Amino acid sequence: MAQVLLRVPSLARRGEVIEIRTLIQHPMETGFRPGADGTVQPRDIIRRFTCLYDNRPVFEAALHPAVAANPYLTFTIRADQSGVLAFTWEGDNGFRQTETRAITVT
Amino acid sequence: MSSPISPRSPIELPRRAALGGLLAVALLPAPARATPDGMAAAIARFTGGATPEPGGITLDIPPLVENGNAVPVTLAVESPMTEADHVRAIALFNERNPLPQVLEARLGPWSGAARIGARIRLATSQRLVAVAALSNGRFVMTEQQVVVTLAACIEG
Amino acid sequence: MRRRVAALALLLMAAGPRSGFETMTPELQAIQRDDVANPGMLSVAEGEGLFAREGCTQCHTPASMQGVAARYPAFDERRGGPIDLAGRIAECREQRAGRPPLPRDTRPLLALEAFVAHQSRGLPITPDPRLADARAEGERQFRLRRGQLNLSCAQCHDDHAGGKLAGATIPEGHPNGYPLYRLEWQSLGSLQRRLRGCFTGVRAELLAPGSVEALALEAYLFGRAAGLPIETPAVRP
Repeated sequence: MAQVLLRVPSLARRGEVIEIRTLIQHPMETGFRPGADGTVQPRDIIRRFTCLYDNRPVFEAALHPAVAANPYLTFTIRADQSGVLAFTWEGDNGFRQTETRAITVT
Repeated sequence: MSSPISPRSPIELPRRAALGGLLAVALLPAPARATPDGMAAAIARFTGGATPEPGGITLDIPPLVENGNAVPVTLAVESPMTEADHVRAIALFNERNPLPQVLEARLGPWSGAARIGARIRLATSQRLVAVAALSNGRFVMTEQQVVVTLAACIEG
Repeated sequence: MRRRVAALALLLMAAGPRSGFETMTPELQAIQRDDVANPGMLSVAEGEGLFAREGCTQCHTPASMQGVAARYPAFDERRGGPIDLAGRIAECREQRAGRPPLPRDTRPLLALEAFVAHQSRGLPITPDPRLADARAEGERQFRLRRGQLNLSCAQCHDDHAGGKLAGATIPEGHPNGYPLYRLEWQSLGSLQRRLRGCFTGVRAELLAPGSVEALALEAYLFGRAAGLPIETPAVRP
């Protein structure tokens, strides 16, 4: 389980545009970097990030090796209804992790 | 409606294109590098061949970077983000990293605003290009030259 | 004449040590300040979990860790000399919590060190008065020319602090942000790791981690940084 830091407002007004900030621990090994013995380290990156709002996709990003280690991603969504936000990171070597946060919309 | 974001493994396609463009320098000991042509090809894949118009999108990145390992960047498009008028996707490309793509994001009216942030790697001083796909089928772009005093991808 | 010397002394004291934070770009400073953007905070979060699971809570609470890092390295009665925070955590973990020993700079120890030091963020470094002898030895290490390049720490970090080395600004070299996230490492690392990098840079033999010389140097560095606030986890290029 990779360490994750999230900044998600727990409370929002209906129609308000809220900013979501995410940070996950991951080396994002590019596949171009030589290791100590000179051989190139194999690629190992997070390739896809999605955010579901009550199971509706509201944000999706495709990541490439140029995204820095410990990927930091920020985006916005319109707060429509109270519900659950699910954040999923997927990548090489079967990497897959989901974090959820509840949001109350008044 | 097809999405401009490639399906599950977007890495495969661009890698083949980049490798094809690099056959000429294959004999050199230097590591693989994107080229302006490679970036143009990657942008063309994103836009389906259409030429993006300059303007309408901002690319916020420091012009001088001390360490290319983690460079903060913000991409934004002024848009009402309504069903009728919104940004469908935003993508970032580079000229001189080993691969021309950096990231692609899919948005919609549910996004409320077209504004994304990330931290990226820059191997060397180079040109970055941001492209947005709009709901009316148009594409807009902007570019920024960044000076990097310490490389990210090339050093160990 | 005496008034001029006194005035100069006052000026030098008022100048005080400058943290490496001040020579960073505004973008990097912003990353350090933002607890969601700072990659070192991932290690702090990891350390928080380990603090609960590794037996630390048998004797300590996170709140009780406040102020600890600001007074390390500390004088260790049994050793009759300095012990650094990493050494104390490793020792506590092994001897009091009964966990299997881990070598220095392994990920769990770094995470624990980051979490504990983070509880002192903002607090001024307050050197242990009992370490005067160690600090004197450490100062000797600091001023000693070493390696094939025959350079001492003082030549860069005292004489040329604020100058440039291959495009990078030379900091005064204070330890107030460790363990920190170094962009060049793309990971969190300790003061000892940074010193190893410096020593390798001048082609000098490394000081064995946890050795008398290494701890003396660390004691001197913290004494030299007295008054600077702990910044753990700092971000540095």
